[in-house]
Amino acid sequence: GLFCCQNYPLYIRSVPTENELKFHYTVHTSLDVVDEKISAMGKALVDQRELYLGLLYPTEDYKVYGYVTNSKVKFVMVVDSSNTALRDNEIRSMFRKLHNSYTDIMCNPFYNPGDRIHSRAFDTMVNSMMMQVC
Amino acid sequence: MEQGPAGGSGPAAAGAGGLLLPLSETEQQRYSELFSRCCPPPEAAAGGSSVGELFRASQLPPDTLHQITEVCGAKRVGYFGPAQFYIALKLIAAAQSGFPVRIESIKNELPLPRFMALKNDTEVRYGTPAEFHGVKFQVPHATLEKNSYKRTDEGDKQEPKSPPMSPICSPPASPSTYQRTPLSYGYGKGRSGLEQQHGAPYEVRHSTHQQDGPSSGNYGAKSALTCSTPNRSLSVEREQQDSSTQYSDDPWRITEEQRDYYINQFRSLQPDLNAFISGSVAKNFFTKSKLPIPELSHIWELSDVDCDGALTLAEFCAAFHLVVARKNGYQLPETLPETLLPEYLQAACLKPVRDSALFDSYSEPLPSSQQTRDFGRAEKSSAEEVPDNSALLQDGKKDDKQGLKVSTTLKTIPKEFQHLTVKAAAQEPNALRARPRSRSYSSTSIEDAMKKGEEPPTPPPRPQKSHSRASSLDLNKIFQQNTQAVRSGWLPPPPPALPPRPSVSQEVVLAQPPSKPARRKLRTEAQGLETPELSPTINVTSSLPAVKAHLPVQKQSSKQKRAIQTAIRKNKEANAVLARLNSELQQQLKEVHKERIALETQLEQLRPVTVL
Repeated sequence: GLFCCQNYPLYIRSVPTENELKFHYTVHTSLDVVDEKISAMGKALVDQRELYLGLLYPTEDYKVYGYVTNSKVKFVMVVDSSNTALRDNEIRSMFRKLHNSYTDIMCNPFYNPGDRIHSRAFDTMVNSMMMQVC
Repeated sequence: MEQGPAGGSGPAAAGAGGLLLPLSETEQQRYSELFSRCCPPPEAAAGGSSVGELFRASQLPPDTLHQITEVCGAKRVGYFGPAQFYIALKLIAAAQSGFPVRIESIKNELPLPRFMALKNDTEVRYGTPAEFHGVKFQVPHATLEKNSYKRTDEGDKQEPKSPPMSPICSPPASPSTYQRTPLSYGYGKGRSGLEQQHGAPYEVRHSTHQQDGPSSGNYGAKSALTCSTPNRSLSVEREQQDSSTQYSDDPWRITEEQRDYYINQFRSLQPDLNAFISGSVAKNFFTKSKLPIPELSHIWELSDVDCDGALTLAEFCAAFHLVVARKNGYQLPETLPETLLPEYLQAACLKPVRDSALFDSYSEPLPSSQQTRDFGRAEKSSAEEVPDNSALLQDGKKDDKQGLKVSTTLKTIPKEFQHLTVKAAAQEPNALRARPRSRSYSSTSIEDAMKKGEEPPTPPPRPQKSHSRASSLDLNKIFQQNTQAVRSGWLPPPPPALPPRPSVSQEVVLAQPPSKPARRKLRTEAQGLETPELSPTINVTSSLPAVKAHLPVQKQSSKQKRAIQTAIRKNKEANAVLARLNSELQQQLKEVHKERIALETQLEQLRPVTVL
């Protein structure tokens, strides 16, 4: 999921299409956690690693990872807990890729920030990324 | 897929490899008649020469004819069997009606192909945006092989493009298959050796269907062409080379005329050909085309390969080309076709220059009714091509070789173009050589429509192109710098291997005022760097104009690669710096907000009673 600074979703994609609503719910609730972490951050953390919020909270079935950009666009990723192969670095790299794709979308003059993201390139990237994981 | 001559008739089954083309009664009759004319009864296949004559009489540019030949499968099988012939006839009809030369086009009802003397109208329309290479039947086998491989790529690219279409398997497959098989064209042989027939043969309508052997070589010549011999041979060669690469049913190739038109439009937006068109400017421009925003967004995604929020000339040409194609009904591809890659286009842009330089060596084939200029240019290119063949990429060569496509409509400023190109001539790296072929593509009809919606061509190009990128902040400065040889202007595109990421030499214009000072500072760092990533980190709006540094003289690909890699690294560093800056600024903003809130609270406390 990708959310803009006003916390409305710009993009949501999930691979296992069942339980999609549950994922949406999880993602929305995790936004609260993200906001909490952001406000908890003291000085501006410019280092990109700080943008990665890490494991937001583990629930029984899945883990939620957060990442926020400098422009307060939040990326939230929910992964299945059973997928233990996903290491932190991998999550970070995935977020980095997401961020890069997002910036590419921003370059498009026809894209208004705040619109839902329809970019096919972005879709492709996200899909491929998710396929790698699942 | 080729189907063997289905008893010479199967009108309904003109199926090249599985394609079932329904032919109407009239079509069947006409085609049968033409076929029998071309092919003496006992043979199952139409003789190359007579078919060539017939095709030439259709007055399509050589590119188109060549393309038709490929598409219909004749190249594949090496002869014109009934099926191929019928398909070719249908394609000719389609081309004459302005449809792209693709299998899909002929699934619809089409008027009968016209084979007459001197018909000026039909020429390739914009329908096939990219190409209309005359169908040149001559394709030397030697070059064929090479070409075929190149074409294969294009053919592959083509295929994804025509998804909706259909069930036609063979035509789409044929481009790929062509490539693999040496052409055993009867024509080809004849043609290759042909000297150009001077315009006269064309005029002679092929009512006789005679193959003037050599003369048939050049379909490119428009009907009234008086081709000079050398030109013809050149074009033939070019055709051959081009054909293999270009003849793939590729609407994504940009013809010379189109290129010129695009360049003029580019100039109207940004006088400096070396500079970039900022995102907002490009957005306004393309919005005029009245395509829906999502499609424009997709086109932008495809064409702005370096994702820097601005378009170089090559990117602009690609984007414009895609817009035109879309307006003509083509579906947008999912990925940028090979022929629209900036590197490729850059080479193409530069090519004309070289060609013009070499033009002298060739006698200019005069396009019959068409633009001589294109022709001249094409010739030049072809001239260049010939010598360059060895050095250049096959693709590149082919394009140039294409003879000049006579493009009726677009007559962009050839002279200007030539000027520019001349300057650029020398250096392109091989990769750049792969210029899109000059196709005699008359995109006029559609482009005219487009033109209506868009700005008129700009005045003649300035002799100098500045390197500076137009940025929102420094627009004036930039426009004032005019300079360098066009070549520089052409150079910006990145080497083929790397995604085009122009280095930012000039300021990076960021829309955000607070960041301006920082940006400028960064800019200096980022000089020579690309800053595509900067904008997102700074949350720049989509209209962020990126200033791309204009790469000076083209280096060789390896050097370019290194330069690009260096630029990428620097760019990333700049990006990181900007990200940090952004975070800091955000933090400052938060703090300021907190202070403000604190002050307001205090104010409330101190003022128990609201007086106001």
